[in-house]
Amino acid sequence: MTGPALLSARGLGLTFGTIPALADVDVDLWPSEMLAIVGESGSGKTTLLTVLSGRLKPDRGSVRYRDPDGHIHDVHAMPAPVLRRLHRSDWGFVHQDPRQNLRMAVSAGGNVGERLMAQGARHYGDIRAAALDWLGQVEIDAERIDDLPRTFSGGMLQRLQIARTLVTHPRLVFMDEPTGGLDVSVQARLLDLIRSLVSRPRIAVVLVTHDIAVARLLAHRIAVMQRGRIVETGLTDQVLDDPQHPYTQLLVSSVLSA
Amino acid sequence: MKGYNFAYLDEQTKRMIRRSLLKAVAIPGHQVPFGSREIPLPYGWGTGGIQVTASILGAGDVLKVIDQGADDTTNAVSIRRFFARTAGIATTTATADATVIQTRHRIPETPLREDQIIVYQVPQPEPLFRLESSRVETKRMHGLADYGSMHVKLYEDIARFGQISISYDYPVMVNDRYLMSPSPIPAFDNPKMDMMPALQLFGAGREKRIYAIPPWTRVTSLDFQDHPFRTINAPYPCGLCGATDSYLDEVVTDDTGGRLYVCSDTDYCSRRRGAAE
Amino acid sequence: MTIMLRTRGLAKTFTLHLRGGLRMPVLHDIDLSVSAGECVVLTGPSGAGKSTLMRSLYGNYRADVGQILIRHRGEMTDIATADPRAILAVRRDTLGYVSQFLRVVPRVSALDIVAEQARDGDGHEQARALLMRLNIPERLHAIPPATFSGGEQQRINLARGFIANHPILLLDEPTASLDAKNRAVVIRMVRDAKVRGTAIVAICHDADVRDAIADRLFTMTPCQEAA
Repeated sequence: MTGPALLSARGLGLTFGTIPALADVDVDLWPSEMLAIVGESGSGKTTLLTVLSGRLKPDRGSVRYRDPDGHIHDVHAMPAPVLRRLHRSDWGFVHQDPRQNLRMAVSAGGNVGERLMAQGARHYGDIRAAALDWLGQVEIDAERIDDLPRTFSGGMLQRLQIARTLVTHPRLVFMDEPTGGLDVSVQARLLDLIRSLVSRPRIAVVLVTHDIAVARLLAHRIAVMQRGRIVETGLTDQVLDDPQHPYTQLLVSSVLSA
Repeated sequence: MKGYNFAYLDEQTKRMIRRSLLKAVAIPGHQVPFGSREIPLPYGWGTGGIQVTASILGAGDVLKVIDQGADDTTNAVSIRRFFARTAGIATTTATADATVIQTRHRIPETPLREDQIIVYQVPQPEPLFRLESSRVETKRMHGLADYGSMHVKLYEDIARFGQISISYDYPVMVNDRYLMSPSPIPAFDNPKMDMMPALQLFGAGREKRIYAIPPWTRVTSLDFQDHPFRTINAPYPCGLCGATDSYLDEVVTDDTGGRLYVCSDTDYCSRRRGAAE
Repeated sequence: MTIMLRTRGLAKTFTLHLRGGLRMPVLHDIDLSVSAGECVVLTGPSGAGKSTLMRSLYGNYRADVGQILIRHRGEMTDIATADPRAILAVRRDTLGYVSQFLRVVPRVSALDIVAEQARDGDGHEQARALLMRLNIPERLHAIPPATFSGGEQQRINLARGFIANHPILLLDEPTASLDAKNRAVVIRMVRDAKVRGTAIVAICHDADVRDAIADRLFTMTPCQEAA
């Protein structure tokens, strides 16, 4: 239970021009845990996600990742090929806009199978079977396997992106506003799906959201960001029901019955 | 020919191209940029191939040029005559007699030897071109040998058509490292590239890229374990020479649906007919 | 008797930053101790801090001062200072909580909501039995409880709380929305749990239910307003 952290960030700092995007940020993530990062637009939460996932190098501080063999890697000192391999196998990234991640000119099945093929899968039948299985898990009809994503609704696109990401059984998934831009009813279905998919052992998630209700439903722990700093962090229900920091109190009181 | 340097290009340009060729041979399948020159020929007619040929020709070389396997088409005839006039070298239509063969879209049926060089004309050197439009990204993908997306294309083919439907320019892995476009040769010719004794050079004039396969290099066509690469050819013998092992062109012979299947390699076909008589 | 839960000098003050940093002391110097098989009911006027104490015991509210010791896997864990993951472990294995209101999860059926709280096995068989005991008819089991009545939702919540057989159980108004028949069921369930050795802390305004389950009352008084 208390074992070593999967991902550990210390003293992250980053400035865009004169604007501090991140300041003194520490984050720890343990296996099979979901951490929500909440805050209003511009608070630095998406920047933090980009830095944690190695896509952006901070001015100060470091992010360390513990691989399945127990070796610790400095994410920003990793050679590009190693980081890239990590991103398409052990890690996953779910964007708010699924079009950023999906290949819109490639069928649903091809989209789900791509990460397997990138990992070296070379058996068509196996790849197709895995794609069918995952489409089922994200509640996309098997008959749609050869359809192009452009014929899919927004909610289906997001579910397809999730299938594409989880097909390689990543240990760590970064999610940036996965329910943003969707209708409320579609959101509910997606949340439920994410909840059940990541509740399986070993998937750890860093979830960025401005939606407190989403954080409450999904996350074990929560970190509240304001102007590039984490102003409060702790158990999700404790932070939301008994907020200590003035900004968290403001954030929670601004929400209609979260 | 007076007023022109040997083989048209100036020596500095040839030297520059040879340096690119050396690098290309040293890194099999890797695309090397070069300073492509203006050639008195439209793009798409073999400006890349001509520059490569011009840079490697010596006074003693014997040149053969084919277009879709034929020695007698306009493009093949003009390029052959171009070098006959600007370099004063001998030309031939016989595959076995040539030391340098420039080709558009075919590999001769007669197996090539160690003392021969084949020069391919290439319209689009980037095999990932249709999947990824960004050059920066394709360079990165080559650098990291990140070729999973190419298999996505093959997957899509099988999902849609039940088989891999790429019939020409079928992507290959060279020396188990670089993904390479073989130029628009039919997939039928792909196996000939594998462990070929002759040096294979590729020139793309408009795209300003040169790449190469050294002799005796492993070249494999992409496929799936359960959908292995296989060549497709018309299920007939050649209507002229009766060959069953050669790539066939379909020729419409009349207005009533008459068809003839004949060897695309005209030298191979006429030689077989000559031997039979 | 084994002490399962003990607070020492527990105090809690809310600071309302949105209202100029107004400080509202709610708990002061609370010393509560509950043993295995014992049910302690919190009493006192409204505003005495019963719900705040209950939520603090569960780690839902953060204690400012003092200790909240929970016997977790044979050792005392201090909820007031434990890190979030330790609190989650205590909640998973040791400490159950039945709140007044069900927090509905979209699209998850009543049966699944209850079964996923089970600590051993598949849980669906146990969940079905518990729901039947609480008079939730089988035709409702497959339906997400968002549309259920208040009383039905409360019974789903009770089933969720009881299915895990936690050694310590916190009950916040467990019978508030229930009719006499279902109140009787809950009383029996609490008594059964006590027999199994469960330590229980409850808030319960219904005098009949309180008398039926309480071994001891813990009386609270409102803190004085801050100057």
